[in-house]
Amino acid sequence: MTKVEMTVNGKQVSRDVEGQTLLVSMLREDLRLTGTHVGCDTSQCGACVVHVNGKSVKACTMFAIEADGADIKTIEGMAGSDGSLSVIQSAFQEHHGLQCGFCTPGMVMTAANLLKDNPKPTEAEVRHYLQGNICRCTGYHNIVKAIMAASGQDVSAIAAE
Amino acid sequence: MPKDTGIGASTRRREDVRFLKGKGQYTDDIPPAHDQAAAVFARSTVANGVIKSIDTSVAESMPGVLAVFTGADFADVGGNPAGWLINSRDGEPMKEPKRPVLAHGKVRHVGDAYAAVIAETEKQARDAVEAIEADIEELPAIMDVKAALTSDNFVHDEIGTNQCFDWGWIEDNRRATDDAIKGAAHVTTLELVNNRLVPNAMEPRCSMASYKESSDEYTLHTTSQNPHLTRLLISAFVMGIPENKLTVIAPDVGGGFGSKIYHYGEEALVLAAAKRVGRTVKWTSDRTEAFLTDAHGRDHVTKIELATDAEGNFLAFRTETYANVGAYLSNFATATPTFLHGTLMAGNYTVPNVYVNVKAVFTNTAPVDAYRGAGRPEATYSLERVIDKCARELGMDPIALRRKNFIKPDQYPFASAAGLEYDSGNYDALMDKMEEVADVAGFAARRKASESKGMLRGFGVNAYVEACGIAPSNLVGVLGSRVGLYDAATVRVNATGNLSVMVGAHSHGQGHETVFPQIVSDMLGIDAQSIDIVHGDTSKIPFGMGTYGSRSLAVCGSAVVRATEKIIAKAKKIAGHMLEAADTDIEFKDGQFSVVGTNKSVSFGEVALKAYIPHNFPIEDIEPGLEETAFYDPANFTFPSGAYCCEVEVDPDTGKVRVDRMTAVDDFGNVMNPMIVTGQVHGGLGQGIGQALLEAARYNEDGQLESASYMDYAMPRADDLPFYIVDHSQGTPCTHNPLGAKGCGEAGAIGSPPTVVNAVIDALQSGGKNVTHIDMPLTPHRVWSAMNNA
Ligand code: FES
Ligand code: FES
Repeated sequence: MTKVEMTVNGKQVSRDVEGQTLLVSMLREDLRLTGTHVGCDTSQCGACVVHVNGKSVKACTMFAIEADGADIKTIEGMAGSDGSLSVIQSAFQEHHGLQCGFCTPGMVMTAANLLKDNPKPTEAEVRHYLQGNICRCTGYHNIVKAIMAASGQDVSAIAAE
Repeated sequence: MPKDTGIGASTRRREDVRFLKGKGQYTDDIPPAHDQAAAVFARSTVANGVIKSIDTSVAESMPGVLAVFTGADFADVGGNPAGWLINSRDGEPMKEPKRPVLAHGKVRHVGDAYAAVIAETEKQARDAVEAIEADIEELPAIMDVKAALTSDNFVHDEIGTNQCFDWGWIEDNRRATDDAIKGAAHVTTLELVNNRLVPNAMEPRCSMASYKESSDEYTLHTTSQNPHLTRLLISAFVMGIPENKLTVIAPDVGGGFGSKIYHYGEEALVLAAAKRVGRTVKWTSDRTEAFLTDAHGRDHVTKIELATDAEGNFLAFRTETYANVGAYLSNFATATPTFLHGTLMAGNYTVPNVYVNVKAVFTNTAPVDAYRGAGRPEATYSLERVIDKCARELGMDPIALRRKNFIKPDQYPFASAAGLEYDSGNYDALMDKMEEVADVAGFAARRKASESKGMLRGFGVNAYVEACGIAPSNLVGVLGSRVGLYDAATVRVNATGNLSVMVGAHSHGQGHETVFPQIVSDMLGIDAQSIDIVHGDTSKIPFGMGTYGSRSLAVCGSAVVRATEKIIAKAKKIAGHMLEAADTDIEFKDGQFSVVGTNKSVSFGEVALKAYIPHNFPIEDIEPGLEETAFYDPANFTFPSGAYCCEVEVDPDTGKVRVDRMTAVDDFGNVMNPMIVTGQVHGGLGQGIGQALLEAARYNEDGQLESASYMDYAMPRADDLPFYIVDHSQGTPCTHNPLGAKGCGEAGAIGSPPTVVNAVIDALQSGGKNVTHIDMPLTPHRVWSAMNNA
């Protein structure tokens, strides 16, 4: 067991973990932050994306001990302190960018990182950036639309409901 | 009544808030019980083998191990049954070998579980599984559906054949169909494969059971689309646990697409283990297990013939299909290739003769069952591909050929040659709308633009009709179903005027928590926010057959309407008493009960309060309380239909296909929430395009699943797909349910695969390549090879 300390959603936490404990397991099992999901065992679905020191990372590709000292943000930390949805979260609701909700935390975290790097992405840029995130429900249309809307672009011309 | 929350409003989904905040509660997210243990399965690595011996002694003595189960532990319990009895053409009932909780005697596909370890932690259970010594003698794998029928190597030795059934539909039409084909001016023949798919709901399956000795009660949390059906299967067939001693809870479920309809052995195992070790026992599938053991979809090998006269009037469709059912019969495996497929083989057409032959075949592969569309995508693909080929052979426009044979709006109700009675539709109107919104007229210019970039551009079109709202119990009973397919709802008006609506349907992405309140609030004239939906828990809801086959709205939604009507009827009586008038003189509108012709009225809330505080209440005539239940059994299937088109660009150098424009115009009858309906179509289109271009569950000849991870199974990603053009303005209401609703969940996955393939063939033909068919998925390699061999 090794002691790891990190900041998660603004709170200082410390836990004893085994060397091979994945970050995603620590978040889900030790910290009970179950909004970060596990959808695969080959690091390809993106359901587990969190931010580590401001960068989106698949939490199933990182050992918890590698995140020692890091600043972590999970989906649970995305809403405002009053519980209000962030711009990206609101856009997902407004544009029906989720159905079963399982891929959604990873999508939101990835989208947040995209918009940080590229505040006004084109459709092609959004689609390309989402390559590591699989959604089986939405056919991606409304996810792409929601992300473009969250970036402040007018999406009314994109075929709608 | 706020207009933005009633029937027809694109109300934003209330469930989104918890999902967007990471507060969804999927089965694997449930906080662990203080006594929780883990189950891990030992799974076969060979496709076909005799279990000579299983030595669990080392595993049993390993740290943390609480119990080890093998097939022998379940020798006395029942098998997981097929829900539908099919008779062969000769009248013989289908072969129905037992599907045990754990493999016993033989393993029959890679991933078939033959033992399970229960331990304190998952890691300990995994280590102990490694220590199980299983001596399994490998046999040659039975993989090819046609070869399997002549082989004397059997998946199930006790039945002495690999054929489950040989079904004819409609057997009495066989001769007439043969004659029509023999005498026809033109016959188009096409042999095709409907590729095997893995459903891939993003949430892997998960089951967690506990047992309370004091009351002899079990609770099972599980990833299910239909908790009552799961309970029924466990109680009546597999474990014999009385239904009143078993609670099944399916909390938030991360997608299903069919794969979570079925009862799986893992659920029975954790129940048995919970009792044996006296602990909460949980199993969570990893993605590899999901690939190996979730029921797969499709997998038909088909020959279809279309006979026409010289003018292109359809005279007959005849198909011969080999349907791979895998190693065991999953719960709907026998219904999917038969009554959900053969009955749709007249399509949207007035064709007088249809005959369908389906041979269902056991192989050493994962069980195959209903996957989004279930039988109807297979029917539509066969029909719409052969029609396209026929149009090309006759030199006719593919839209004109379809229109020529469409059932016309004045022909409803229409008795199809495949045995169904379509209640409503207007296929020409759908085609008109499709031509308009897809800008079909602009295709020629877009083709030129593509060609100037060195790309081939193709246009593909397609029509479909499907049967949803499954299903009239009487009818399906005659056809072999072992269950009824009604649904149920309870509307509970609480004393303070808010409502709980318990529904038998289960939402795993469909938005029931938003849509059912829209309906009830519209009917009662009260705020939708005061209405909550309760679903997914057999201890809280009356009964229900669950969500699949695009049935939630048409069947369960109708039950909600009926229960709400009963509420209104009783409330009118109470209001009549309060207003000192006969209930027949009470009118209910916008949440107010009033005496006709007067200004006397009471609100819905006042009536609710009265029902629970029955002072000065006509107790002899009216019971206190305001809660009603309705079971709704539909009179017929519903028949959504659509006209789809697609434009693709094919790179002649690489064979890579890009879907540039995809248009879906559907008739879903009346639409409750257009935003959600559109989203359902999008999802279906994504899966349909995935089937057409990317996805394939590929086994090698030894029965190893070569595409058992996201590295090898090509899931559609965002940059594989375009924005879609979706329209449902041409709805013709269903004539026999109170909402006029038809169902929209599967349409996109049914209508899109043939559209895409038709478009690719058109592109290749436009490039002078005489390619008439390519089997899905249309990978660059397949397209390039077809072009270069043409
Ligand atoms: S669980 Fe991390 S990428 Fe799938
Ligand atoms: S919303 Fe279900 S997987 Fe994306």
